[in-house]
Formats: sequence, C-alpha cells, structure tokens
Amino acid sequence: MDLSPLFISLKVAFTATFITIFAGIAAARYVLKIKRFKGMIDGLFTLPMVLPPTVVGFFLLVLLGKNSVMGKFLMTFNINVVFTWVGAVIASTVVSFPLMYRTVRGAFEQFDINIVYAARTLGIKENKIFWTIVIPNVVPSLIAGTILTFARALGEFGATMMLAGNIPGRTQTMSVAVYSAVQSGDTKTAYSWVIAVCAMSFTAMVLMNFWNGRQAGKSSKGGGF
Amino acid sequence: MSLSVDIKKRLGNFTLRVSFTVSGGILGLLGASGCGKSMTLKCIAGIEEPDEGKIVLGDRVLFDSEKGINLPPQKRKVGYLFQNYALFPNMTVEENIAAGAAGIKAEKENAVKEKIEMFYLKGLEKKRPFQLSGGQQQRVALARILASEPDIIMLDEPFSALDSNLKWLLEQELMELLAAYPGEVIMVSHNRNEIYRFSDTIAVVSDGRIDAISSREQLFQNPETVSAALLTGCKNISRAEKITSHTLKAVDWNITLYSNRPIPDNMTHVGMRAHYFKYAHGNDNTNTMNCTVVKVIENPFSYIILLKNNCCSGGADCTKIRWEVDKAVWEELTAKNSPVRLIFDPDNLLLLSQ
Repeated sequence: MDLSPLFISLKVAFTATFITIFAGIAAARYVLKIKRFKGMIDGLFTLPMVLPPTVVGFFLLVLLGKNSVMGKFLMTFNINVVFTWVGAVIASTVVSFPLMYRTVRGAFEQFDINIVYAARTLGIKENKIFWTIVIPNVVPSLIAGTILTFARALGEFGATMMLAGNIPGRTQTMSVAVYSAVQSGDTKTAYSWVIAVCAMSFTAMVLMNFWNGRQAGKSSKGGGF
Repeated sequence: MSLSVDIKKRLGNFTLRVSFTVSGGILGLLGASGCGKSMTLKCIAGIEEPDEGKIVLGDRVLFDSEKGINLPPQKRKVGYLFQNYALFPNMTVEENIAAGAAGIKAEKENAVKEKIEMFYLKGLEKKRPFQLSGGQQQRVALARILASEPDIIMLDEPFSALDSNLKWLLEQELMELLAAYPGEVIMVSHNRNEIYRFSDTIAVVSDGRIDAISSREQLFQNPETVSAALLTGCKNISRAEKITSHTLKAVDWNITLYSNRPIPDNMTHVGMRAHYFKYAHGNDNTNTMNCTVVKVIENPFSYIILLKNNCCSGGADCTKIRWEVDKAVWEELTAKNSPVRLIFDPDNLLLLSQ
C-alpha cells in the first residue's frame, strides 16, 4: 500500500499547526487591543470555521490562482501554490486558524487584567509582559488550541481539494485518499485510511482531555453542574 | 515629594472630578463602593486615562491633557498594590520581586536579597504565589513594588478581602513596613476605622468628587458635610435651621438644640453620632428628646437602640434615632423601666452643610 497520504497529511498538518499557533496568538492579541471594528474583525477571523470548506477553498483559489494579482506576484518568484502541498498547508491553516484564535482569545480574556496592570506599573515593557507573564499563564489553553488545530488540519478535506487537488504522491492527504478510494470502489484502502484518521484524531482528543484533567486537578477537585 | 491631581473623567452616567494636593504622610481616600476612589488611583497610575486635567508628581508631569502629555504606566514610577496582590503566578517569589527591579543583573540580585530580608521572606524565595498565605502574598507584592523604586505607593482596598483577625495582623504589619518608606502613600478604603488608623490626611470621596479633605482628627470631630458625616459613621442626621449663633432648630426632629460650637451660616443639617448621646437622669430639658424604644439590637459589647422621637407629631416624618450604648448602662436603665430621655451633647453636635 502506498503510504504517501500519511506522510503528506502529517507534513501538512504539522506545518499548518505551526503557522496557526503564531497567527492565532497574534490575532487574539490584536483583536483584544483594538477598540473599533472589534466585532467585524472577530467575525472575519472566525468565518473560516463556519463557512463550508469548499467556499473557503473557492476564495483561496480566486485569491491565489494563476490569474489573480497575488498568484501573478508569486509566479514572479516561481512559486505556485495551486495543486501543490503548500496549497494544502494554506487551506489547512485557514480552516484551522479560528480554533486556535478563539481558544487563545478566551484564555486572554479570562486572564486577570490586574496582573497586567501591576506589571505595567512595575515598569515592565509591553512585549516582555506578554511573553513572560501572559503567555506562560495561558499554556494549558495554548496546548488545547494546538491539539484542536492539529486535529482539524489533519482532517481537512474540502478546502484542500479545491486548492491543492488530489494528486497521488504530491497533494493527496489521508482524508482525500479516503474519498478517492471510495470513488474507485477500493473499499479496503478506504477502510485503512478511515481507521488511521480515526485513531489519530481520537488520540489527539484523549491527549487534550488528559491535559485538561491534569490542569483541573491542580486547582481544585472540580464538581459537576 | 508632592502629588497634585486635578482630573475629570466621564464614564457613562458617572463623572469623576477630583482635585487634591498632598505632600508627605499618608493620604486616605474614604468612600462608598463605586464612588470613584479606585478610578482615581488608576488614573494616577496610568492604567486609565482621564478625559482632561493634570497629574504632577514631584517635578514630573505624569499627565497633562492640554500639553498632550500622558506617560505610560511604565514610566510613572507609581507603585500600585492591588486588592488581590496580582502576583505573577508563573514566577517564584524571587522572580516576582526581581521582575520590577531596576538596573543590571547584579543590582537586581542585591535589591531582591535586600527585600527578601526586609519583608521576612527568607526560605520562601523558590515558592510560587499559590503556595503562600495571604499575608505572605501581601509582603511579596509590597516587596516587589518597593524593588521597582516608586515615588509613590498606592494601596487599593488592601484588606477588604480578609477576615477581621488576619486583617488586623496584616494592617499592623503593613504599617510597620511602610513606616520606612520615604515617598508618598495613598490608601483607598470604604472602611472608616481602617482609614483612620492608617492615614494622616483623609479625603472623603462621594459620587466622583472630593467632598472634604482634612486631617483625620478634624474630619472625624467635625466632618462639615453631610456625606463626610455619613461616611465617618454618623447615623443620626436631621435637616436644620440656624436660629442664633449657638442655637439651631433640627427640623426633622422638631427640637431646638444648643451647640457649644458657633453655628456656621451655611449649615443645612445637624448630626449626632450614635454613641455620643447621654441619658438624662434629672428633669433637665436643655437639648433633651423624649423617645420611645422601637427596637433593641444586641452587639457583642453594646446595644443599638432604635428609638422613636416623641416630640414629632406627624407620623411619616418621625425620623428614627439610633443610640449605641454600653451593655451595663442599658441594662441598668431597663431595670428601672424609666422612659428614655436623650441629651444631645452640645460639645458633640455635628454642624453640616450639604
């Protein structure tokens, strides 16, 4: 059996997650800082989560295709994202970004603002406050967001299909491989990839719950509602 | 070093408009919750920005709306002790104190060492905030502030979250530690006892304004305004009209009172603290009020007696009088079953204006 979809999936998901971590943190910090158009910008950042992935993929195709301004600009550097694994990374990044953004934003909003104020009156610079005080205190949320992002990136299908296509050995990820196998009536291959995807996603969720449970156990025993 | 504040800030329906100057000693801001005292501190610290006005600390202008000066909190050298201490949870005691210390590494280390010693934190250097008791947390917070070498320290309701026994200990400790601090100190509280014990000068903040500002003794003996009287704990207040230079008519109580202090022309109200009433044994009628007992509330060491004023004919306007009396005195009185006649001590009448 050709294992390339597994490696492509992992490569795409890891790269997309890596980008999303920083983009999500930056976006959450930005939205909390601005005073005007907060709702609109927040909506824009969350949109990829609620739009059908094919619609996201369509937008990306229009934005980055060979006939678009951006696509032409990239072509001058001989970069083509459409039907390449980079395209798959972009699709996964955009679709999984809201998960990271919203998780981090929630964590920032719950962070005791007096701690930030205290740091300011002590003369600590804004960037230092952010990286040495705020970020270390929201690590559990960052990890939860990262796992969610990774799971989403791993399972990305619609937008990836639109932008990166389904080229075996180059852009065919596991979820796309399931689709191809079913289309060609190869149930055995389909089953293999379905099991692989299920196992990986389930592991990610269990890891997250394990981590959250440990965090909750640290602060209190926790009761039900 | 002196601090002068003259600022205005609008927040929805509420307008904060405070101006005061202090130099030396401890200033207490006394006011009910939501009166704007914490907001005043936040404006001084640079956490909130006033709409207009000026804040000058020593020879440094921290904020001046006309000149467009608004120093960031980092540059103001203003120490702020938060109610929950706001220690950095991810850092040890040492790291917390070092976080705000100025200078190069060696200087920082020295400052931390010195503060650990000074604030009795030896042995706790490597502990994290959640492993410390409330008192230890407060000491760390204060040590951290002092390590940043501020020109002024502001305490925002430092004891309001504590039970009374711990509060008393921490208060004494904080006073001792602050005694060595040469700069300005401002403390905010809604607790008049706390403020009285701590401050040299007290400003009464009411509805976004400084209502009165004077030495603590003067403020409690002679509050001058109705809101200052209420905040310093005066329970009995009546509208009043001046008759002569030493007599007045208490309108709500329907009684003419004699005051040993000369009555100012702008007096609108008269007040009497609950524990300053005396009981009339003889037939003396000066400054006396005949009352009926409505309710007796028992405190650990005294009774609070709620009384109805008999001189008052109308039903609705009959203001209740509150009298706080020692247990022994009251028990003796009730044994005799005599009617209650209260004397308004002419030395202790509070002559107030609106």
